Amino acid sequence: MIELLRDLVFDYTIRNVALGSAILGILGGALGSFAVLRRQGLLGDALAHATLPGVCVAFMLAGTKNPAVLLLGAALSAGLGALLILAVVNGTRIKQDAALGIVLSVFFGAGIVLLTYIAGSGDAGQSGLDRFIFGQAATIVREDVVTMGVLAVAALAVTALLFKEFKLLSFDPAFAASLGFPVGALNVLLTALIVVAVVVGIQAVGVVLMAAMLITPAAAARQWTNRLSVMVCVSALFGATSGVGGALISASGSNLPTGPLIVLVATGILAVSLLLGWRHGFLWGWISGRRNRREALRRPA
Amino acid sequence: MRLVETKAPTDDSPLEVRGVTAAYGDEPVLWDVSFRVPDGELVAVVGPNGAGKTTLLKVIMGLMQPAAGRATVYGKPFKEARQLVGYVPQRGSVDWDFPTDALDVVQMGLYGKLGWFRRPGRKEREKAMECLEKVGMAGFAGRQISQLSGGQQQRVFLARALAQEARLYLTDEPFAGVDYKTEQAIVGLLRELKAAGGTVVVVHHDLATVSDYFDRVVILNRRLVAEGPVDEVFTRDNLADAYGGAVSYLAGAE
Repeated sequence: MIELLRDLVFDYTIRNVALGSAILGILGGALGSFAVLRRQGLLGDALAHATLPGVCVAFMLAGTKNPAVLLLGAALSAGLGALLILAVVNGTRIKQDAALGIVLSVFFGAGIVLLTYIAGSGDAGQSGLDRFIFGQAATIVREDVVTMGVLAVAALAVTALLFKEFKLLSFDPAFAASLGFPVGALNVLLTALIVVAVVVGIQAVGVVLMAAMLITPAAAARQWTNRLSVMVCVSALFGATSGVGGALISASGSNLPTGPLIVLVATGILAVSLLLGWRHGFLWGWISGRRNRREALRRPA
Repeated sequence: MRLVETKAPTDDSPLEVRGVTAAYGDEPVLWDVSFRVPDGELVAVVGPNGAGKTTLLKVIMGLMQPAAGRATVYGKPFKEARQLVGYVPQRGSVDWDFPTDALDVVQMGLYGKLGWFRRPGRKEREKAMECLEKVGMAGFAGRQISQLSGGQQQRVFLARALAQEARLYLTDEPFAGVDYKTEQAIVGLLRELKAAGGTVVVVHHDLATVSDYFDRVVILNRRLVAEGPVDEVFTRDNLADAYGGAVSYLAGAE
């Protein structure tokens, strides 16, 4: 444990891994709060899966594993996925959940086909692209951290600037529209920010489990507070804790894929929050329920 | 001597709907609806489910593009006059589990005036508090909104509209699911708005109370059935026309 902490400060690789995981956790947790409150957790899942073919195509076209190039491909691919979901929902009688399922599976399938094709092409530079499926935090290098950091700072800055607008959009979009806020454009922007959060996370967490980084910390944070601003911050903190926790376990030699480990840590935090969270946790509910019952019994009817 | 009003009243009617036809896909929901709401009246919009009442509000507020016709607020399109309008959506249209408290919701009524990026500050909080007081909810300012009763939630929504300091209020079923006492409190509030020179349009379900609460009524069933002062147009014939005759409370109407 002590050794791990020392590595965290002095070991170049471990430091990058921890920093990268913290960044993805903070961003996923913050934007995930909005996704969860707007019941768009599954949209995050579909968009995460939809990034995979973009990563492959970007690599095939550019012939490089430069993170900025791959993540740009991922973002464009996810954006295309989002547009397709909209087109299916608006243009056919297919409902939102089915549209999400269709886009998720088709993009992920295409991504796997492309990955297999690239692996068989004999290009020596391709090794390691499959880390995008389940994530491998140990492969995060300085270059990745810089790319992730720039994207995260930009996305968080926009979120902070438009916090009031996003809150109103999430709580009461009809009222927001009546006040003159461009609800459609804000919607697109918030979805785009969620795409950024997904793109920042996929290298370490993988496209399959990235949605957990949006949903689980936010769901856990909700148990501790009744204020949106606090929820967003606590969720970011939980996200960072799970990211760093999972990534360090994975990077410290166990060689397990990072995505699943991060998700397990996040789920642990959620379990504790569900039990102890002082706004909605089971424990306080049980205690106050008992107290109320006792007082009701004491008083004659 | 009378104080001069800051916003000079115009000759234009607070709300004018002219030949509005609206449809979802091929399904027409409103058919050539026209009416005028005079200044300073309490107006009910009634009609059976699916009569297009909520669609009418959407068209008025520019949230839905009509296939034909137009609606104007004080003689202007809604987007040029939205500062004059307060809106109370249906209580069931939002998730009351949202992490926020009553005071915060009321402050949302000030977001339009605040404009982009600016956060509500002390001034906004005080203003919101005043509005909560007006609806008798000052003691619940810090209460998480899911812990409010249906009637209290409705009052918070009304307080939010009050914070808009509007002259025309559009309210979508403010009496739905509230108890008698709250209903009386809300009616009292709407009358105060009227007394202060406001105009209030209420999408309403309970035909039994129309005569007691409102000055005018718009009876709608996709097309306009009748429109005018309650004692003139709220008749058995008109209601039978709108609701198809199978309504027992027609006994209460003239």
